[in-house]
Amino acid sequence: MASSKKYWKSVEELNENSSIVETLKQNEFVEQIPTDEFLGDKETLENSSTTRRDFLKYVGFTTAAASLAACEGPVIKSIPYVIHPDEIVPGLANFYATTVADGFDFASILVKTREGRPIKIENNSLATTKGGANARVQGSVLSLYDKNRLQGPLVDGESVDWDYFNPLVATRLDNLAASGSEVVLLTQTFASPSTSKLIKELTSKYSNIRHVTYDTVSSSEALDAFQMKYGERALADYDFAKAEVIVSVGADFLGDWQGGGYDAGYAKGRVPKEGKMSRHIQFESLMTLSGANADKRVPVTPGQQKEVLKALAGRSADLPEGVQEAVSNARRQLQKDGSKAVVVCGLMDVEAQTMALEINESLGSQVIDTAKPRMIRQGKSQDVLNVIQGVKSGAIKGMITVGVDPLYSFPNATDFAEAYKNLEFTLAFAMREDATASESQFVAATPHYLESWGDVQIKKGHFALSQPTIRPLFNTKQFQECVLSWLGEEKTYYDYIKETATPLLGGTSWNQALHDGVFESNATVATENETVSGTMESASSEGALAMAASAEGDFDLIFYTKTNMGDGQNANNPWLQEMPDPISRTSWDNYMTISAADAETLGLINKHVATGALNGSYVNITANGVALENVPVLIQPGQARGTVGLAFGFGKTHNIQKEMQVGVNAYSLYNNFNGVQRVSLEKASGEHEFACVQLHNTMMGRGDIIRETTLEIFNTADQKEWNSMAEVALNHINTPVDSPDVDLWEAFDRSIGHHFKLSIDLNACTGCGACVIACHAENNVPVVGKTEVRRSRDMHWLRIDRYYSSEETINADIDKKKAISGLGESLSQFGELENPSENPQVAFQPVMCQHCNHAPCETVCPVAATSHGRQGQNQMAYNRCVGTRYCANNCPYKVRRFNWFLYSQNDEFDYHMNNDLGRMVVNPDVTVRSRGVMEKCSMCIQKTQMTILEAKKEGRQIKDGEFQTACSSACDKGAMVFGDVNDEESLIAEKYNDKRRYHMIEYLGTKPNVMYQVKVRNTEEV
Amino acid sequence: MKKVEYPNLLFKFSSFVLTALLLIFTNTLSAQEDATVETEEPATETVVDLAGDPAAGRQLFNSNCAACHQLDRKAIGPALRGMAQRYEKEWLYSWIRNSQALVQAGDPIAVALFNEYNGSVMQAFPQLTDKDLDDLVAYTSQPKAEPVAATTDGGPTTSGSEGGISNTLVLGLLIVVMLMLVIMLFMVSNVLKKIAQANNVVYPDKEKTTPIWKAFIQNQFLVLVSVVFLMLAGAYYAYGFFMQVGVDQGYAPIQPIHFSHKIHSGDNQIDCNYCHSSARKSKHSGIPSLNVCMSCHENIYEYNGEVDLAEGYTKEFYDAEIQKLYAAVGWDPEERVYTGEEQPVKWERIHNLPDLAYFNHAQHVNVAGIDCQTCHGPVEEMEILYQYSPLTMGWCIDCHRTTDVDLKGNEYYEKIHAELSKKYGVEKLTAAQMGALECGKCHY
Repeated sequence: MASSKKYWKSVEELNENSSIVETLKQNEFVEQIPTDEFLGDKETLENSSTTRRDFLKYVGFTTAAASLAACEGPVIKSIPYVIHPDEIVPGLANFYATTVADGFDFASILVKTREGRPIKIENNSLATTKGGANARVQGSVLSLYDKNRLQGPLVDGESVDWDYFNPLVATRLDNLAASGSEVVLLTQTFASPSTSKLIKELTSKYSNIRHVTYDTVSSSEALDAFQMKYGERALADYDFAKAEVIVSVGADFLGDWQGGGYDAGYAKGRVPKEGKMSRHIQFESLMTLSGANADKRVPVTPGQQKEVLKALAGRSADLPEGVQEAVSNARRQLQKDGSKAVVVCGLMDVEAQTMALEINESLGSQVIDTAKPRMIRQGKSQDVLNVIQGVKSGAIKGMITVGVDPLYSFPNATDFAEAYKNLEFTLAFAMREDATASESQFVAATPHYLESWGDVQIKKGHFALSQPTIRPLFNTKQFQECVLSWLGEEKTYYDYIKETATPLLGGTSWNQALHDGVFESNATVATENETVSGTMESASSEGALAMAASAEGDFDLIFYTKTNMGDGQNANNPWLQEMPDPISRTSWDNYMTISAADAETLGLINKHVATGALNGSYVNITANGVALENVPVLIQPGQARGTVGLAFGFGKTHNIQKEMQVGVNAYSLYNNFNGVQRVSLEKASGEHEFACVQLHNTMMGRGDIIRETTLEIFNTADQKEWNSMAEVALNHINTPVDSPDVDLWEAFDRSIGHHFKLSIDLNACTGCGACVIACHAENNVPVVGKTEVRRSRDMHWLRIDRYYSSEETINADIDKKKAISGLGESLSQFGELENPSENPQVAFQPVMCQHCNHAPCETVCPVAATSHGRQGQNQMAYNRCVGTRYCANNCPYKVRRFNWFLYSQNDEFDYHMNNDLGRMVVNPDVTVRSRGVMEKCSMCIQKTQMTILEAKKEGRQIKDGEFQTACSSACDKGAMVFGDVNDEESLIAEKYNDKRRYHMIEYLGTKPNVMYQVKVRNTEEV
Repeated sequence: MKKVEYPNLLFKFSSFVLTALLLIFTNTLSAQEDATVETEEPATETVVDLAGDPAAGRQLFNSNCAACHQLDRKAIGPALRGMAQRYEKEWLYSWIRNSQALVQAGDPIAVALFNEYNGSVMQAFPQLTDKDLDDLVAYTSQPKAEPVAATTDGGPTTSGSEGGISNTLVLGLLIVVMLMLVIMLFMVSNVLKKIAQANNVVYPDKEKTTPIWKAFIQNQFLVLVSVVFLMLAGAYYAYGFFMQVGVDQGYAPIQPIHFSHKIHSGDNQIDCNYCHSSARKSKHSGIPSLNVCMSCHENIYEYNGEVDLAEGYTKEFYDAEIQKLYAAVGWDPEERVYTGEEQPVKWERIHNLPDLAYFNHAQHVNVAGIDCQTCHGPVEEMEILYQYSPLTMGWCIDCHRTTDVDLKGNEYYEKIHAELSKKYGVEKLTAAQMGALECGKCHY
């Protein structure tokens, strides 16, 4: 049946006269298909040697060839040296002594190089002063391989040659000198005899150049106080190993206070020896490393701190009752210990600093050394403020910056930046195109310190030398080389240093000094500001505090530097960005710390979200009309009420990889370089996502994680009372867990050969984190980034857990937990135990794989990828692992880390292992793990094996101290001791038999090879 | 019985043909061998100088002069061939005995010569007698060896390669013979059948049985057994296939410079550690840097050893390879200076242990005292180096299980050995007993 229905596809079809419909009837497409366009004119098509058939053949053959080629192993090329350098043996490491002196960190170190590449920083044990590398110095080796570094000098943003650059700069300087325009040379503290001499030569040639030293994080007031009292612009040095009582007023001397590096000496005095250890009393506003390690910590505001000092000096003071009592106790203690006592002060206030020096003088303290002070801070705030004023007013016509980034670090730098752009002559010596360099006419690319020569007088009479450990990776030149070139000198900076050092060397040869990296000399060297005499007028007697107090606001903002970031020079270093702050355990950020009580008043919160991560409120901080917006808030137990803290070094954006542009720039509020600012706070909307690695702030009274006792109990009571072996029931009889009767397994005979153990002394550990970065560098631990850390996927093999007490002390928590009975009490009191106290006791505990002799992880691995070695190491065969993660679940210490992704050569994780330059830091002796495998601390088996091999090659026994792990050799505090316990003479055997020794969660019977020494606190009041 | 004679004849004929063929063939072979023996006879012919003994001169040359002089080429000093023609005998002898005296005396020839070689002082040889010097002159006056000598040297190798061709010939012949035999058998059976038919012998009719394949399929047990067998066999071969993936035993890549271990460590007996010096100290044996090559090749600019024409390893070939070395290291052999134009050589790595396995040469070579050949095979016979061992984990483990640790004179082992041998009750400890089977010893 025919249908008369008409089907139509578009309305157009209903129009009978439509031309389109007509065309469509004839053609498939309305428009001509543009075949001509791609077939082109016939001629070229025919002339082409490739026909369609050929094309298909090629495609077929290439596919076949590609799949065939994929079946074969890759061809690996090996390119040996053409001329082999004598000192390099491929596969063996060379060590060179050098010194880091970046204006913030100063340390004498050893650099491990492999095939000419620096890959690891070690402590220089020959150095008597500052021979320990902190976390930043440990991490600085990665900054060498930073792909964002400047690769050559720039003039007006164009890259040029040095042969063009230096003569041009010299001509410009000549012109400026001729016109008498003032040029400021703004530099970091060099503390370098040669550089001082060189700058003097420069300023004598160009009288229009004025040298101003600028410490990004100022110690100006402390320098002023010392200078007024002792006539030298320097900082007193302290040997805390000699101290029996340490009273610190706002000084984080275990952190970066006055150049840092005091923790090694401090730790020596903290280990109870013959019933004695030092007592440490801390008055502070922020929770610092020093406060966390103190025996007694009193939270006070900066204003009160000055009163505390007055009270300690015996003057009348206005203090709350509780503080008053603590202060008078401290004063009694100081008077009792006399010359073995010391007071240190962190207040950026000349009067307060002078008071501290006077107290120490009156005590006759042996701890403080004013005869040979530290030279590593030189900056004077007033001079720098004058420079700012001069640039803004136009009095200063030109500026040369070296090692500093004023456009980033000057307070409220936007005005200054405008003025800077209008200067006649701007030259920045910089390693990367930072805020200042990107606005400068001339940019001189400087080498990393591992590529440079240098000399430093760290402490008067204590000299250290820097030598290059690698040829410059880029077309860079040191500041000093350039100055020599401007002065028209032929010699190199190396010759110059040698010339300066020769009269100082005394008996030692230059080569020996270079080999050691350090030398001591009683000869004095000329410093630049020697002309300044002791009669400095007490200009700033008003003091920073007074200025701060006069400003408006409700809170005292205290600036501090974080262990990982310092003044911010290493902002582009992913190792350091990912390193959790020892106190807050938060990485990839800075934030405003505030006390819980103040947070509640302001309605600021921290909360855990569903993924288990930490979120926090934002706040706007205003000081002197300058606002810093959207600062994340972190509630910090122990923070003094009425104070907030903010860390320097973050919020950098210029030439910083996007992932590492984190945090806010605290320098913008650093008005007049005052460490304390009066600020007002205002809650802002939104929530900040933190990357915090430890969300449990307390131990909930579980005393078998960290064991603590007081010095009194330790000295008087039986070991059973304060460090008893855990017991389990066997046939209803309590049996010690180390008894073989309660073992499930037959124990192996471990008395033969080496048996490695690691001892961690909780008394000596200050939580500084150098071991964390050392482990990172040694073991090729990947960086995972902020979002992954938030998902608890951080890869650190070694973490330093930080616990707060919920009650007054950690022991009180344990007692409280023991006293709990019944469901009601459990519910309420366990809940309470979760929250840290307002002024908690703090304990640090480095945790890595415990290398259990009866390891729970080993028994559950379905493929036997993890197994035990005779030498005590729990071994992990990555290529055997199939990634069930059963072991990690069964590990009671939670030290196993799973590679959720391939972290190397993966654009999703664009950190150092994703570029050729960054991969140069990788340790060739350790596998770079791939996706889907479990990894963990290996007890540095590559290092122990290497030590054994060296002994075998030389045919000798191994001496005690030769066996080291990355963490134990990084720990200059001696908190970590590693060795062969079968060597009865060894230190580790002694530690094993120490009555303070215990194992973590001992009652599980895992028999770990990592042991801890009970933390003893000296709580006795005089 | 008469009737079987005919096929017998056939057999006899064929066996005759066979023996005849074989005989002819072996004859040709031996004839060839004879020929080669004859061609070897005319060996090196030399022009003997009457004054001295060139053989003794050669010895003297090698022990005294070769460090600085070559026969036909400028080295540290001038080329020595024909020196007697260039200089007067007396002058020459006094120069050799004390060249400096001549220079200082202001002898014009001596001074010119001294200056030509940038004032490098020739060692004085007062101990050489006139006879010695005569011998030396005799040796250096010999005409340059003709390149023809190289082709005569190639004699035996040529015959060797012909022997290879004859082997295939023998095989071919054998196949032909076999074919003939099969044909003959077929013919015999045909003949026999015909005879049987002629004699009216009746073959009993074969019973109609089920064909064997049907019977096989019907027998389920057999099917099951063969399936299991096939599966097992399949699994065995599949396993074998997969286990050899990534095992590159026999890998012999072509290198950018044809370096013959056979010549260096075989013919010239150079110790492996001379070039691979870091094997004693480091985990890497180390591919020698080119300056190591040049410590000999500054003077050894040509190859004078045996050649293998069949493979194309002629003197010219080797000399060209030495030139490649010079190009890479930037050495100008004429001027004897380094030009500084270096061209690092990209060798192809033969022994590739995966990154996940740690191996240390020093442990094995220095501490354990294992010969390089244990793992690397007869390197001294390898013209082209190849991977001798499979380098699999099983191969490592097998050796660790069976090898006794060399403890002698190593103080490190003293204590541990005393304790362990007491524990295991053995005198000698294997590497495995020392803990060399633990995963973490090689994987970290």
